[in-house]
Amino acid sequence: MSVLVNKNSRILVQGFTGTEGTFHASQMIEYGTQVVGGVTPGKGGTSHLDRPVFNTVADAVKQTGADVSIIFVPPAFAADAIMEAADAGIGLVVCITEGIPVQDMVKVKNYLQGSSTRLIGPNCPGVITAGEAKVGIMPGFIFKPGRIGIVSKSGTLTYEAADQAVKAGLGISTAIGIGGDPIIGTPTVEAVQLLMNDPETDGIIMIGEIGGSMEADAARWIKENKTKPVVGFIAGQTAPPGRRMGHAGAIIGGADDTAAAKMKIMAECGIDVVASPADIGVTMAAALKK
Amino acid sequence: MNLHEYQAKELLKKYNVPVQEGIAVDTVMAAEEAYRQIKTQTNNNFAVIKAQIHAGGRGKGKIEGTEQRGVAVAKSVEDVASIAKNILGGTLVTIQTGPTGKKVNKILVAQDVYYSGPNPVKEFYLSILLDRSKGMNVIMYSTEGGMDIEEVAHNTPEKIFKEWVHPGGGLQAYQARKIAFNLGLSGEAFKNCTKFVTNLYNAYVGLDCGMLEINPLFKTSDEKIIAVDCKMNLDENALMRHADLAALRDISEEDPTEVEAGQYNLNFVKLDGNVGCMVNGAGLAMATMDMIKLSGGEPANFLDVGGTANAQTVEAGFRIIMKDPNVKAILINIFGGIVRCDRVAAGVIEAYNKLGNIDIPIIVRLQGTNAEEAKKLIDESGLKVQSAILLSEAADLVRKAVA
Repeated sequence: MSVLVNKNSRILVQGFTGTEGTFHASQMIEYGTQVVGGVTPGKGGTSHLDRPVFNTVADAVKQTGADVSIIFVPPAFAADAIMEAADAGIGLVVCITEGIPVQDMVKVKNYLQGSSTRLIGPNCPGVITAGEAKVGIMPGFIFKPGRIGIVSKSGTLTYEAADQAVKAGLGISTAIGIGGDPIIGTPTVEAVQLLMNDPETDGIIMIGEIGGSMEADAARWIKENKTKPVVGFIAGQTAPPGRRMGHAGAIIGGADDTAAAKMKIMAECGIDVVASPADIGVTMAAALKK
Repeated sequence: MNLHEYQAKELLKKYNVPVQEGIAVDTVMAAEEAYRQIKTQTNNNFAVIKAQIHAGGRGKGKIEGTEQRGVAVAKSVEDVASIAKNILGGTLVTIQTGPTGKKVNKILVAQDVYYSGPNPVKEFYLSILLDRSKGMNVIMYSTEGGMDIEEVAHNTPEKIFKEWVHPGGGLQAYQARKIAFNLGLSGEAFKNCTKFVTNLYNAYVGLDCGMLEINPLFKTSDEKIIAVDCKMNLDENALMRHADLAALRDISEEDPTEVEAGQYNLNFVKLDGNVGCMVNGAGLAMATMDMIKLSGGEPANFLDVGGTANAQTVEAGFRIIMKDPNVKAILINIFGGIVRCDRVAAGVIEAYNKLGNIDIPIIVRLQGTNAEEAKKLIDESGLKVQSAILLSEAADLVRKAVA
């Protein structure tokens, strides 16, 4: 089962025929994910990677019964692609695209309010349920099936955490890359809630970064609702204030969004906080034995 | 991307936002001419000379080695000449620039806004920014203008007001009225303020600003509402639809090494430490910096080489990091997913050989796809490069290198 995606998910690829879309869709298919088709406006009626291409998401949903969409379209058109997917009734939209203007995401966030569509990302590696479905750009082989869930703002740091968990004798249920932008569809707390309620997940690794208040919000919820161990790490303990560290959202704006402030509140809320990224896996293994 | 005050004010005027009028110049002679024009236009001997740098605190800051402030009042053409001479080409040190200061290449010769009239003048504060947790733009304002707003927020939080703007409907007339009422305005000034706020919000959205701050927002003695200073930050992700705005970038305000890194599509931030690092992915790059610190070193930089860590990017990364003489060791940390570690290792070896004698320890940690093959390649290359697979092993090697 796990969360968000599984072997029964029917995936549509928006930006299917582009370089990124083609490469990652092939990788997803190779992993065993059910990719049922793609959308590239103007190329409807053709076929790509042995799957049908549609002009609109609405057409694709009607013909294929797709319930999940992954977006690889360029930043200028990505907000439009997310709203098109939501309008067509897609339940889960995963947006990989990096570099979407903030004001576009303000509109998208508002557009999605009250709709039944969940957005993951943008600027994220996607979602993987180990051994079942890969809806993202992560290297699948690292995520050996198991019972640890991961929530993370970062791509390669997610792979690092998964790899350490596997080397510590554990495995992964679902890893959710929520994205590193200032405005994202699914904040940390919602991703944590999904995994906390998942009977196939025994422990949660929560990876955050400097900037914003999402980790603190998640920590407060965890304090009241924790039923399984949570290991936390915040990247950017050595980042200078006011400088953007790669991700658009990774910038220290005040006293509350430093790594130290977030780590403090997370520890106070009963999360096993690690200072070194090298300790994520062993700390989770130890926490499960407690 | 940050803009200069004079650039921001030009943009605001296009949105019918009234500003303190001024002329930006880069020579003493042009400053004198600008003063004459302003004097004629305003019929006032007073003018203000403002240094144009990307940092605040200019009024209290001083030009290095002199008593000249970054913002000064002139009442004659001789005054203008002497102030302009002091400031232009000088290095302005303010509380925000740090001790190294910033070189001043341009000054703004601006109108004096304290001219006499029927009513007292007033200074307010107003800014527009993104509220990340609500996913909405918020207008933040206060009756306490002209001072450090963080101090106001800390000491008298009740004097800071916030007005959130609904993304669907945009800024409503009642919201603009509420702001003007809360600032205690009435009559002509009230009307001018509602227009100002409405037009300013249109500018914020139209220009894709990341942040727009007016401090002070000024009521003149004849009831006009104008922007006396303006800090404007543009969303770099939106520059693709504003070619005209992209051209306003002033790279002389940026760290030259960061500018060079940008040309190689490398995301680089210069720091003060002694261990350089080169990493794929922003989150892992920050985590690597943190690990360097925990191992007894101090990170010399943030460097995200992105998804394609090949010989060219690694070589560019080496060159950029080694420009800093304080760097005593370099840690390369690549988690190979789609990009194979043996390819990255080959790239490191090629770059290392091309650069010749590198006399500081290089630690290469490659994990992920083909990590074992990569370690073997590095170990058998005969180069003075130490290899690791686990992050904890890399941390130990850094500890030894800085001990």
